[in-house]
Amino acid sequence: MKTLFKTALLSAAAISVSATLAFAADFPDRPIGVAVSYGAGGATDFQARIVTMVAGNEDILGQPIYILNKPGAGGRKGWNWFATEAEADGYTMSAYNIPHFIAQSIKGGVKYSAASFEPVANWGADPAVVVVGKDSKFNTMQDLIDYAKANPGKTTTSGAGLFVGHHIAALQIEKACACKLAYIPTKGGGAAAMKAVIAGEVLAGVNNLSDAFRAREAGNVKILGVADLERNEFMKDVPTLKEAGLDVDNSSVNFRGLMVKKGTPQAVIDKLAAQVPLMFAHARVAKRMKAGGSPMKIMSRDEVKAMWAAREATLKDLLAGL
Amino acid sequence: MEFLGYFGGVFEPIALMLLFAGTVGGLILGATPGLSPTMAVALLIPFTFHLSPTQGLILLGAAYTSTVAGGAVSAILLKIPGAPANIATALDGNEMAKRGEGARALHLSFLASGVGGVIGVLLLIFLTPVLAQWALKFGPSHLFWIAILGVTVIGSLDSKSFVKGLLSGCIGLWLSTIGTDDIMGADRFIFVDALSGGITIIPALIGLFAIPQVLDMFAKGRVSAVIDTVHVPRYKFLDSLKELIRSFRALSIGTVIGSIIGLIPGVGGQIAGLVAYDQARNFSPQKDKFGTGHSEGVIAAESANNAMVGPSLVPLLTLSIPGSPTAAVLLGGLLIHGIFPGSDIFDKHPEVVWTFINSMLLGQILMVIFGIYTAAWAARIAKAPIPILAAGVLVLALFGSYSVGQSMGDVQIMLVLGIGMYILEKFGFSAAPLVLGLILGPIAGDYFNNGSMIAAAQDGPWVYFFTGPLNIVLIVMVVASIAYSFWTNMLRASFAKSPLEGASK
Repeated sequence: MKTLFKTALLSAAAISVSATLAFAADFPDRPIGVAVSYGAGGATDFQARIVTMVAGNEDILGQPIYILNKPGAGGRKGWNWFATEAEADGYTMSAYNIPHFIAQSIKGGVKYSAASFEPVANWGADPAVVVVGKDSKFNTMQDLIDYAKANPGKTTTSGAGLFVGHHIAALQIEKACACKLAYIPTKGGGAAAMKAVIAGEVLAGVNNLSDAFRAREAGNVKILGVADLERNEFMKDVPTLKEAGLDVDNSSVNFRGLMVKKGTPQAVIDKLAAQVPLMFAHARVAKRMKAGGSPMKIMSRDEVKAMWAAREATLKDLLAGL
Repeated sequence: MEFLGYFGGVFEPIALMLLFAGTVGGLILGATPGLSPTMAVALLIPFTFHLSPTQGLILLGAAYTSTVAGGAVSAILLKIPGAPANIATALDGNEMAKRGEGARALHLSFLASGVGGVIGVLLLIFLTPVLAQWALKFGPSHLFWIAILGVTVIGSLDSKSFVKGLLSGCIGLWLSTIGTDDIMGADRFIFVDALSGGITIIPALIGLFAIPQVLDMFAKGRVSAVIDTVHVPRYKFLDSLKELIRSFRALSIGTVIGSIIGLIPGVGGQIAGLVAYDQARNFSPQKDKFGTGHSEGVIAAESANNAMVGPSLVPLLTLSIPGSPTAAVLLGGLLIHGIFPGSDIFDKHPEVVWTFINSMLLGQILMVIFGIYTAAWAARIAKAPIPILAAGVLVLALFGSYSVGQSMGDVQIMLVLGIGMYILEKFGFSAAPLVLGLILGPIAGDYFNNGSMIAAAQDGPWVYFFTGPLNIVLIVMVVASIAYSFWTNMLRASFAKSPLEGASK
């Protein structure tokens, strides 16, 4: 009797193991959705559509990826939905934006934290840059900091909202120069913040490198510094904030990538973690991303895990006083 | 006249085919409740991956123009505005359709759209460099005053009573405060998860306009089994054209206001139709006819929302600043082909930009032709038996609200607002002022917050909001508008009184 029970147990275990294996081997057998927490046409949506366009190729996933837009509340609505309502089966992924969702979870009032999700891979990194209008009297970061020190709280600096990369960069600059800016969050994302700089409504702005690059090409702004560890290939002439004498690291860089929900079968995560970076690295994807001026940075699942952990530590420290 | 040289590109076989496909597809997408122009253009972007830059932009440009006009179809026939741009169209258009003049309303709306649209694109062609600088003049304080100017028309919009109009507007303003505020970082009035992102405008529009209608239709069906069909006579195109020419005043008011508002980044086409509608009424000798199925209302609203399309691309093309959500999506469409908008775009990529603009010009004309052609049979929808029509509208309302964000929360918002509006309508309130409040609330609120933060770092709010020529001009317009509505309201009250007094003598 006992052996019979044992055999039954063993075979049940064997079946369940083989079922998981079979599931992973079959995965994906239908199209995969990617939830984007921002509206159609925004930078995250735009890039997500490009980097997933070759998913249907046989050597990538063999199934197409479609985009689900879940905009609202600066991304909180989409990530809340993903953390609470999405299935943990790998057929629904979500795009992540770092530092946004980690900063939001530290500030509270949301139903997710970095522990609610499992990263798959990273596709892009858009550093924050400091911009001023083309006719501005500021020509270097030093000019701007000198002004801010002489006029505390008067240096109006636009950015795309609260607890996004732009805001984090502004906070880090304030901390590094021990001076006070006036951070002006605008509604309508980076475009509205950039318009405020170009039109001279604010003295300076923190914005996305890709958008600032275009605005500079169009002759509308000057770029004073980039908040990253090294200079960017799109603009070799612009110094990093560190070179400009400010102790600002790459915590504000807007990383974008894909993640699944915690509880997704390990075999599915492994398959995605192996295949998705290949999809990002595809030549057609790279060509489109480059044409659009969107900087790519492909990172594996393990690298992203380490990056998330590092961000969480820095952001907790930075946001503690707010 | 440089643009004439690039007309050849539009007439290449593939380009022409895309133009046709974009126009027809755009009309259908636009007529579907819940699919706003922004979404339609976003959905088409992946298709442009496989096309050349010029071809891709022709498709997007044609779709943008025709979705804006297509929204009028559901607004007129079903009283479901496809997008905020079509709210004002629904006010008179649906009354006309109920009278059996759906075909006439559709003809006029497409013709007015075409005229407004062509003029808007011509402005884009000839005045881009001048207009670009002008568009930048509007900062947070000016946009705040523009939103307030919009609020001042609330009281007089589509309601029998001035006070009830104001009250509906206030309900709308309150509803607009729900959600997470991104500027101050505060959560406001969020009691259920579905509200965390605030009230999404398209589901709200669908609920407020369509649901009370559906409930009324069901109620009628219970009372009488008689199938109440509306007779839709065919309407001669030439008669419509003559009527359009007779309505020159409404047409020009709509076109001018649409072009100006389209140019200002951040306000967008959402209120162009409503402001034009209100002004056309103010300048009309037959003021009281508005809201009862007056063709001038349709003409003003539709010419305005299409006139806005061309100028809304000025800040995008020359300054790389998308002035509206749809323009932001188009920016994506440009970037993906490596075209960076900027003041030199006309020198660097003339063949792409001019072909794109020319295709929008031709797209406007094609849109009128296809629109008129479909008007005849589209108008038959009003002929369907009421129970079937009601069920159909309900299905469209549910589908439309869900498709905005693939979210049941939006469907719940739509239903709750709809049922609430049904009850309010029984007490003489109407949906249009409420929606205007809902749209203008966030614009006024955000720009006020934004402006106060900038003001706090400069010379304080009084100086920031109340000095400077543009601020003063806008404030004068606000005061004039308030004074005007009080004056007409008092005038109307004394008219209403006098016959009674006469009788008592």
